[in-house]
Formats: sequence, structure tokens, C-alpha cells
Amino acid sequence: MNYSSYIALIPLLPLAGFALLGLFGRKYFKQSSGIIGTLLLLVSTGLALYTAYQYFFVNGKVDGVYQSITAIKYTWLSFSGNVSIDMGIILDPISVMMLVVVTFVSLMVHIFSLGYMKGEERFATYYAFLALFTFSMLGLVVSTNLFQVYMFWELVGVSSYLLIGFYYDRPSAVAASKKAFVVTRFADLGFLVGILILAYYGKSLDIKTLVENINSTELANITTASFFGISALTWGLTMVFIGGAGKSAMFPLHIWLPDAMEGPTPVSALIHAATMVVAGVYLVARLFPLFTLTQSTLNIVTFVGLISAFLAAIIACTQTDIKRVLAYSTMSQIGYMMFALGVSGYTGEAELGYTASMFHLFTHAFFKSLLFLGAGAVIHLVHSNEMKDMGGLRKYMPVTHITFLIACLAIAGIPPFAGFFSKEEILLAAYHSNKIVYAFALFTSGLTAFYMFRLYFSIFWKAKGPSMLVEAHSPSPLERDWGEAEGPISMKLPLIILGACTVIAGFIPFGKYVTSDGIPLESHFDLVFSIAPVAFGIGGILLAMWIYKKESERPSRISTALGGLYKTAYHKFYIDEIYMFITKKIIFNLVGRPAAWIDRNIVDGAMNGIAWTTGKFSAMIKGIQSGRVQGYALFFFGGIIVLAMIFLYLWK
Amino acid sequence: MKQELLVTAIIFLLLFIKLSTKEWKVETSLTVINILLFLNLVSGFFYIRTGTLFGDMFRTSELLAFEKNILNLGTFIISLQSYSWLKQHKHVPEFFMLMLCTLLGMFFMLSSNNLLMFYLGLELSSIPLAAMANFDLEKRHSSEAAMKYIMSSAFSSGLLLFGISMLYGATGTLNFDEIAGQLTTQNSLQVFSFILLLAGFGFKISAVPFHLWTADVYEGSPVAVTSYLSVISKGSVLFVLVSVLYNVFRGLDASWYKMLFLISVLTMVIGNLFALRQQNMKRFLAFSSIAQVGFILIGITGESIEGSASVIFFIMVYVFSNLAAFGVISLVSAATGREGVDDYKGFYKTNPLLSWILAIALFSLAGVPPTAGFFGKFFLLLAGAGKGNYWLITIAALNMVVSLYYYLRVVKAIFMDDNESPVEKIHAPLSPKIAMLVCTAGIILTGLMSGAYNYIHSLLK
Repeated sequence: MNYSSYIALIPLLPLAGFALLGLFGRKYFKQSSGIIGTLLLLVSTGLALYTAYQYFFVNGKVDGVYQSITAIKYTWLSFSGNVSIDMGIILDPISVMMLVVVTFVSLMVHIFSLGYMKGEERFATYYAFLALFTFSMLGLVVSTNLFQVYMFWELVGVSSYLLIGFYYDRPSAVAASKKAFVVTRFADLGFLVGILILAYYGKSLDIKTLVENINSTELANITTASFFGISALTWGLTMVFIGGAGKSAMFPLHIWLPDAMEGPTPVSALIHAATMVVAGVYLVARLFPLFTLTQSTLNIVTFVGLISAFLAAIIACTQTDIKRVLAYSTMSQIGYMMFALGVSGYTGEAELGYTASMFHLFTHAFFKSLLFLGAGAVIHLVHSNEMKDMGGLRKYMPVTHITFLIACLAIAGIPPFAGFFSKEEILLAAYHSNKIVYAFALFTSGLTAFYMFRLYFSIFWKAKGPSMLVEAHSPSPLERDWGEAEGPISMKLPLIILGACTVIAGFIPFGKYVTSDGIPLESHFDLVFSIAPVAFGIGGILLAMWIYKKESERPSRISTALGGLYKTAYHKFYIDEIYMFITKKIIFNLVGRPAAWIDRNIVDGAMNGIAWTTGKFSAMIKGIQSGRVQGYALFFFGGIIVLAMIFLYLWK
Repeated sequence: MKQELLVTAIIFLLLFIKLSTKEWKVETSLTVINILLFLNLVSGFFYIRTGTLFGDMFRTSELLAFEKNILNLGTFIISLQSYSWLKQHKHVPEFFMLMLCTLLGMFFMLSSNNLLMFYLGLELSSIPLAAMANFDLEKRHSSEAAMKYIMSSAFSSGLLLFGISMLYGATGTLNFDEIAGQLTTQNSLQVFSFILLLAGFGFKISAVPFHLWTADVYEGSPVAVTSYLSVISKGSVLFVLVSVLYNVFRGLDASWYKMLFLISVLTMVIGNLFALRQQNMKRFLAFSSIAQVGFILIGITGESIEGSASVIFFIMVYVFSNLAAFGVISLVSAATGREGVDDYKGFYKTNPLLSWILAIALFSLAGVPPTAGFFGKFFLLLAGAGKGNYWLITIAALNMVVSLYYYLRVVKAIFMDDNESPVEKIHAPLSPKIAMLVCTAGIILTGLMSGAYNYIHSLLK
């Protein structure tokens, strides 16, 4: 069995695309660069699907257990005797699944962008960045080594920085891309420290070896070594989780995600729905054998996930920018995936949470990218992100309307759409582990249905149609072929494909393929259990319908009735303001400004003072010598004295 | 000894050129010098000998030859970059004579196996630098920088010499190997003399609190000298610092580990805090390079083969990254005289290629993959983490975020900000172009190809 030869092509083809389009795209290919990028990715997707077929149905399973296969491993650099840095490809259920998800969604976005970004001046650059992003993401999911994970992790950050800031002439896009980069980088520092802690105790950077080492010989070391009374293992994993939480926009590191919606909408579909933001979930799943060793970290994962899911759902109910609604909804759904991992065990029945989380990741990728692309089509037509500029669009864009409805039903958890099955499993896992988590999750799923259908009705129903569309074509709206409004076939096709996936993906018996220990899990479907979630979902939909289907006073009445709560949620619980307060007021004022002040006044002042006291002599030669050098020497000497005092007497 | 002899030969050749009655055209002499420096660089890779000379005063090994090659390469790149600036200058041979004298000093310092030899090398590498700082002869700032440098330098040398004499008093020898056998942390005199020595090193690498001269001198000096100071001069002292700490002062490691910890944290934090607010590009790079030194010290605290390897690797990467940044700045400064961060607004519109080079250099300094700086910083942290001191690692990681913030500020100015009068299109002569190419290739290749690190690691075993 030789996987290696073609699997390497899956990430390498997008890399080739990046090099080709990045170097020559603007000069030679121009508009055809979209086609080139798409074709290269089509091959990648084909290979990914073939790999998945081979792995799941032909030779991945040995004695009923899915193996973790290292398809390629190349020792890139040996740092020291036992720590080496490899570049490789690992095949196990989750990495193969991610290969399919990433290539597939990326392909859809590539196709959609052919229409959406048409005529854009930097069309080739856009496709080059897309290819770079796809490459980084693929490299990340197949990593065998923590260093490889970290490197691609940062590369994903870089390429998303480039993509979010694609409209670099818009100040808001620039600010957003910088915010996303710096916030996630801030979280990554946790990841970096976590890696170093794990590598220090596990004596390796290779994930497999690391897990084996920690599980066997080093377990005593890492659990007994403590820092502030918490074991090194818990510290390390919590740090890693902070990194994951930053990328996955978990509370309280989520503040960059809504702003990142400044990027082109297809980019949001790719990065902020299906791929980059689930990297954190994937990371936890990848290191899951370690996470299960320490319950306290799993509890952190659970509660951070749950708070994010709940909080984001509430905020989503109040936002008026459709992309921001989707952004918060993404955060909420990823929260689901996170806490599903948190409540999961490693083997047997208990691993339902793990399977459910991966299943939800899989289905969510389809319906969320569908929602984003649908939103993209809408924005393409009305040139606005605000709900109030929309309404009544169902007549103008039938394909978008139907597919959007399917995706909304799926995310609301209505059978038989994909979201129903995966959410069902998550709720079941939560139910078995912790009733409070279950209660919150259930309520959140009702909220999800409500805000998604608020979105749906506001876009497609409500008014007669956006005033600009109605007015522009008012003489004879029926004469026009409104199919045109939806854009070219390249924009409709991905919507239809993703819509179809959203309908069928739920029927995959996921537990048979993706489990934490590789042994298939019998999925038992309990009809009675699903009554509550579905009832909550339908309740949410009906409520949204009552309030938003027709133009009425109800929305504003309700928001006034809710008063402070509505306002707080509308302002996203003031979390951005809190951060601004901390960074601007506290860090800049308390640290940065005094530092500058010291520089200006104390250091300079002292120097000047010394210069002045050195007398008129310095005034005579002031032209050449500012007099500060004496001060420098004083500092120098002071430094030596202080060092000597500290190290000779205090801190021997 | 061959590398030292070659540099000496070039110095004398330049002297004869200067003294000869025939007037050389500036372009010709620059080209000749560049060719000589290139030959000097290439020859460093052949006939590498190991052993000691002059009664154990001077030693050489493959590792030292490699370190000298890095310095040679950096000097060559700087010489290529300063083409536009020196073209208008009357005293070209003198400039290179001074520069090569300092280089020779660094070589002796690297090869020294004796405190006196070390001191000799250090002085030879410092004093001509002051004259070089003054090389913008008409500018007052330049003279001021030179004055400040020579004064501070003399002060630090005095204290260093004081430390050396005390160490001699405490151990009765100047030979490195013999000193190493006699050191213990119990002896306060030894610790104190070590502190004085460390301050001398700290001055040269501008570690806090011995860094105060840096910003003024960097800002006032010509760009070529600034880059020479911040890259070559610092790099050479760091090479020596690693080997001295690991070999000579290993008996005091319990003490110096804590000192480095303290100095490293101070250096990173203060370097970064000041870099945040700088408006002059040279001053900005000066403070950011202070922060980089703090990072390098983390690698040194690792006290292992990996520690030395990662430090040497990082310095190599740092040579490429910092020189690429300085190269662009020097072109802009020579063509327009503009050096403010705000002057770089809209730079991408007029000079896309230079913008990309500067951006890649800054990304490498910030440690963003796939540039070499990312790998370099990761290795330093990995080596530093070998001691299990996670406070240090966490502080370092936090500083990486801060530094990313201010490097991105410049990138943003280049690519995104509007400017009514951006720097006009710059036509670079051939030699700066070659320099840029070498640096950019270095930034990308040394990171992606593992060979460089593996080679350094193999030299240390």
C-alpha cells in the first residue's frame, strides 16, 4: 500500500497555484488565473476524495480499527538528539475528513469567486492568496509534528491576514485584518508555550511519539511537576487550547471574527465558516489523547465552548449586518463543537462527544459556507450588508432563496437536514455527561433557529423588495429575467452543490468512520430524545416568522421591551470596549506612555540636568556634544552596581 | 590565520591605492573593492585549518571559520548596499580601510583564547567604528554620533579592563582554559569581575541597561555604518559571548543564567516598548534590534549545544533580515534623504519591488513564517525552554506579539496608507540590487532549507 506518491499532491497543487499566480498572474494570466486556480484545486479535490475512499473503504481499517497511517515523513531538521522536526502527512479519520472538507469547500469558493470577483483589478492576486490559504490549511490538517502544526498554523494566519485585508484601500478592512492577525497571534503565544511545555516533557515534537511518551514513561513527570499547584500537563494543554480558542474565535478571544467580515464574502465562506476557524477544534481533536488525561482542561474546553455558543447566539439575534449575524452564528456553532469535545471520553460509549463534534464540523462546513455564499450573492445584488436594505428577495433570486432556506433549516436542526443529525449527537453526548450543559445547549439551539430565520425572513420576505431594485425596474418588473440577478452560473452552481450536500450529509453514519480510538461507534438513534431539540427549533422558527415575516412594528416593540438586555447584546456585551479599555487605557497609558515619558523626561531630563550641572564648560562645546554621554555612562555604571548588588547579595 | 591575513592584505592594498599618485575614479575603486571583498568571502570556505597559534593566544576551528564567513558576508553585503552613498564620497578607500580594520579586530576577538588577545580584538573593532560613524563629514549629527560612540565605548572598555584585571587577580592567569578551571560561584570577586565583563559585552550588543548610546548613534550615523553596527558588530560580539559563557565561565553558570534571564527580559521589554513609538526608521530599527538581542539571550540561557546552534543560526538569519531592511532604507535615504516612518506611506504604489523586500525583511524580523526569522525565533525558544523556565518563554512570546504589532505598522504604512507625495520611483544601481537579492534569498532559503542549521549543529559536536 503506497499512499505517498499522490497524497503529497493534495497540498502541493495549491502551493504550485500560489507560486504560479503570485509570480506571473498579474502579468500573463489576468482573468484566466481564476480558471487555473480552480482547475488545480479540482485535481486536489479529486485526489482528496480518492484518498478518503481508499482510506475509509479499502485499506484504512485493520482488524476493525481505523489506523493512523504516516503516509510521508521527512526529517526536515534534527534539532537535538531526540527532538527532530519532520514534515509529513498523517492519515487518520479526522485528517482524511478534513482533507475532503477543506478541498471541497475551497473548490466551491474558487468557483463562486469566478463570478463574484469578476472584473476585480487584483483578480490574480486574489486567487494566489486563496491558493496560499488552501495550501496552509491542508498542510495544517495533515501535520505529523507539532512544529509543522505551528508553522502552518501561523501561515494560515498570514494568508488570512492577506485575504481579509484584500480591499486594502478600505481603512476598515485594513484595521480588521490587523486586528485578526494580532489577536490570533496573541492566542498563538499560548499555543507556542504549550508546545514547548509538551515537547519538554514528552521529549519529542512528533505527535505520535509525544503521545506515547507522555502516556507511558513521562506521565508521572508531567503530572507531578506543578506550577502554582497545577500540573505541567494541564498547563501545557490549556496553553495549547488558548491557541485553538484564538483561531476558533472562542470567548473571550472572538473579537476579531465579526470585524474580519470586511474581507470579500467568499473569503468569509472559506476562512470563517469551514476551515480556519475550525482549526482550533481540530487541534483539540488532534491532541485528544492528551486532553483526556486531564479532566480540568476538558472542563475548560467545555465551558469556554458553551459560553461562546450561548453568548454568540444572543448577540446574533440583535445584529443587523447579515455577515455579522453569520459570523456570530459561526462562533456559536464552533462553541458546540468545542463543548462536545469537552464532554467526551476517549473510548467506548463515552467517545460519542468526539464523534459528534467532528460530525458537526463536517456538516457545518457545508451549510455555513452555503449561508455565506448565499449572503455573498445577496450582497452582490443589493450592494449592502444591512438587513434594512433587503427584503422580498425571494422573487428575484430563487436559487439563492431555496438553498439559503435549506441551510437555515439545517442549522436550526430540523430533520432531515444535515445539522439535525450532528447537533442531535452533540446534545445526546451533553445529556449523558452534564445536564446543565445540555440545558444551555438546548436553549441555544432554539436561539439558533430564531436568529437564522430572523435573517432568512428579513432577506427574502418582509417587504416587496429593496427599493433600488423595485424602483430601477418598476415599469415592468415581470419583463426582466430575474434569474440574471443572481449572477452567472459560476455563482449558482456552488450554491446548488452545497445545498445538495446539506441535504444528504446528515445521512452518513459518521460514528462508523470517525472516532477517537479508531474503533467504530454504533450510533443509536433515539426518536424520543430528538423531540425536545426539534421542538425548540420549530419554536424558534415560528417566533421569527411571527415577528419578521411581514413588515410590522413588532421587532422594534420587542427590542424596546427588552431594553437594557437588547442594548447590551446589540453592543456585543461591550467586550470590544473592554479590550479597548484594557489596551488603550491600561497598557498604553500605564505602560507605554510612562515609558515614553521616562524616555523624554527622566532620561533626557537627567542627561540635560547633568549636562547643565557640569557647568559652563559644557555650554562652550554644546555644539558638538549634547552632554548626555555622561548620563549614559552614569546609567551604565548604575547598571553594573545594581547587577552586582543583586547577584552578590540578594539572588545568589 | 588565513582569513586574518587576507583582510590585512586588502587593507594594505587599499592603503597603496590611496597613496598612489594615480587618481582612481570612485566607481572603479568601489567595483574593485567589492570584487576584493567577494574574493575574501569565497576564500573563507576553503582550506579551513584547526589549531592554536602564538602560544595558545589564538585558536581557530571550522566553527570559527564559519562565523567569520558570516561576518565576511555581512560586510560584503553592506559594501554593495552603500554603493549609492559612497559614490558621492571623496574618501572611499579610507572608509573601507576603517571597516576592514574593525573586521580584523572582530576576527581576532573571535579567535582569541586569552583575555588580552580578546581585549585587543575588541578595541581594534571599536575604535575605527567611531571614525566610520563620523563619515557623513558635513553632517553635525554624524559627528555627534561618533563623539558619543567613542566616549561611551571608552567608558565601557575601561570597566571591561578593570574586570579583566580583577579576574587576573582572582585566578592568576589570562588563558581561557586555565581560567575556566578555577571559577566558582562562591567567590564574590570572580562574580563581580564577571559582571564587569558582562557589562562590556552588554555595551557592544546594546543590552539593557547598557544600551543608551544605541539610538542616538544609530540615528546620527550614515545608514551603512548603522547597519554595520547593528548587524556585524553585534553579531561578532554575540558569537564570542556564547563561546565565552559556555566554555570559560561555565563554572559560574548558576550566576550568569540568572543575570541573562534578567537582562534578556529587560532588553526585550524595553526595546519593544520604545520601538512602538519611533517615527524615524533608523531609530525604529535600532530599538527593534535591541529587542532582538533580548531574544538571542534566551537562546544563550539554554546552555546546550542547541543553545549555541540556535544563536549562531539566528544571527545568520538576522544578518540577512536586518541588512535587507537597512538596504531598502539606505537606498531611500541616499535618493531622497527621507527616513521617517510616515515617508514610507504609499511606498508600494511607487516602488512595489522594494516594498516587498522590506516587507519580507520585517516579517522575518517579526518571526512570521515562512521566513527564516520564524524558524530562528522558534529554535531560540526551543533551546531556551530546555531549562524549563516558562516565565522567560511566556514573556518572550508576549514580546513577539508586541513586536508583530509595530512591524505591521510599518508594513501597513507601506502598502495601505495613502500619501500625497510618496517617495518617488528609485532606480537602484546594480550592486545594491545584488545585495537585495542575496538578502531576500537568504531570508527565504535559510528558513526553508534545513541544511544551515544542521551544518551549524554538526560543527558544534
